[in-house]
Amino acid sequence: MSNVLVIAEHEHGHLRKVNWSVLSFAKKAAAITGGEVIVALLGAGLGDAAKQVAQFDVAKVIVVDDSTLENYLTGEFASAVAGVAENADARIVCTVASLRGKDFMPRVAVKLEAGMISDVMDVMEEDDELLFKRPVWSGKLTEVLQATTDIICATVRHTEFDAMEPTGAGAEIEAGSPDIEGDGAEFVSFDAIISERPELSDANVIIAGGRGMKSREGFAQLEAFADLFGGAVGATRAAVDSGMCPNDWQIGQTGKVVAPDLYFAIAISGAIQHLAGMKGSKTIIAINKDPEAPIFQVADYGLVGDAFKILPELHAAVKAAKG
Amino acid sequence: MKILTTVRRVPDLDARFSLNGDKTEIDTEALDHKVNYFDEVAVEEAIRLKEKGVADEIVSVCIGSGNATKELRTALAMGADRAILVEADEKTLDPYLVAAILAKLVEKEQPDLIIMGKLGVDFENTQVPQLLAGMLGWPQATFAYSTEICDSKVTVGREVDGGTSTFRLPLPAIVTADLRLNEPRFPSLPGIMKAKRKPLDTMTIEDLGVALEPRVKTVRFEMPPEREAGVIVADVAELIQKLRDEVKAI
Repeated sequence: MSNVLVIAEHEHGHLRKVNWSVLSFAKKAAAITGGEVIVALLGAGLGDAAKQVAQFDVAKVIVVDDSTLENYLTGEFASAVAGVAENADARIVCTVASLRGKDFMPRVAVKLEAGMISDVMDVMEEDDELLFKRPVWSGKLTEVLQATTDIICATVRHTEFDAMEPTGAGAEIEAGSPDIEGDGAEFVSFDAIISERPELSDANVIIAGGRGMKSREGFAQLEAFADLFGGAVGATRAAVDSGMCPNDWQIGQTGKVVAPDLYFAIAISGAIQHLAGMKGSKTIIAINKDPEAPIFQVADYGLVGDAFKILPELHAAVKAAKG
Repeated sequence: MKILTTVRRVPDLDARFSLNGDKTEIDTEALDHKVNYFDEVAVEEAIRLKEKGVADEIVSVCIGSGNATKELRTALAMGADRAILVEADEKTLDPYLVAAILAKLVEKEQPDLIIMGKLGVDFENTQVPQLLAGMLGWPQATFAYSTEICDSKVTVGREVDGGTSTFRLPLPAIVTADLRLNEPRFPSLPGIMKAKRKPLDTMTIEDLGVALEPRVKTVRFEMPPEREAGVIVADVAELIQKLRDEVKAI
């Protein structure tokens, strides 16, 4: 039992970029456990997705193509994953720490009698023990843990690992047919938020605003600025709670965790709960009228001033610079 | 219908804290504590279901030190009918053990619906409700922003990646509360007075027959690396110059 099994996340066969970061985690873990990286894809209509995953340097791609998995339901999905894991000689079963990953992976852990570790940010070996790191206490502390079980289930914080690049390797694709058993829950509907902009977790540039943006119109300025970079728009919990923007824009402890190349924090003071969701960003730029705002302690470049005065000037200057 | 809600006592995360000598424990003794916010949302949702006439009894459960009677009294003051404290040193428990203890309590209490906070704000494992659902073989709906009960089923609107999703679960079932499910009420003065007379039972892990064998152990805590302080630029022109020459973003 030494393999690392990655459950790839997709929506109806459309793979998310975050998976490639989980592959990097899996490679690192497999180097310690002495096993191979196996990717499993579970759902319906997955032919193209399987071919895409096979382009990466992994030992095998297991595809469970079953109409009962067409719409995600926790019980069915978890039982199928557990079935695949039992036949994959897996020491570690992992997936991205998305809402879906957090929903099903503990259920897999119960079926496999495995220890479960959430939000893994690193894996290492110390005195022959396999150890994991995860953030706790709003990101103020890192917890180092180990499992007492043979199998370990984990969700992985994709922001902590670089995305693996495809090598065109052409890994073997194998069909899997685990027993699938539900728990009585019925799928009623999925309402996707349609946006022209990239998803926050996948975006290279994020323009985020706080309550200081004051209104929906304020956020519209951020949207226009984001479009100059092909970026996504994010927000603090305070901005979301006061109705300036949709729920799924929220970045932070109770929202999404992001780490883009470039993060603009505009009129964001930098509460610890927000910082926990974005301080892994490569470059952080903060604009805030309060020079004492905590956001300046994590920013690479800070500009003190009124966002409503600075933003139009910045927008025009970036637009001119980009031609 | 009987609803079970869980209430965790969590420390104030904004306060200064210290680690013990070998960095294996966070010293929380001196910190202020309160009810985990998402658990307050869960209790509120249960109370609203009772006010709608759907539920008739709400039991709130806490696993923790004797001090947690304060947090349970908060739940009772909000409107829960009775409370159970399972006395335990939380530092010896992993999410699996917490779920195993709750599974034993569920056997005794036989609730129709369990509503729990989606996560504990201190450790954010986001595991216990899902583990409990797995152990009981019950359906679950995590990250709920709406609930509706009809014909022995609960329909739950869920926050999911890239949008929202609706599940319909037969009862008994487990629902976890997300931020926008409701706005928890403050306990009223009469509520606080009444809470003092409501039953609060105490039991131990031994009473429930759960062996203390965790599946995950904390090895130590570390301070995360700090970001290096950056520079304050004078104006937009300087910021543009940095974006072009150093960040190479434009």
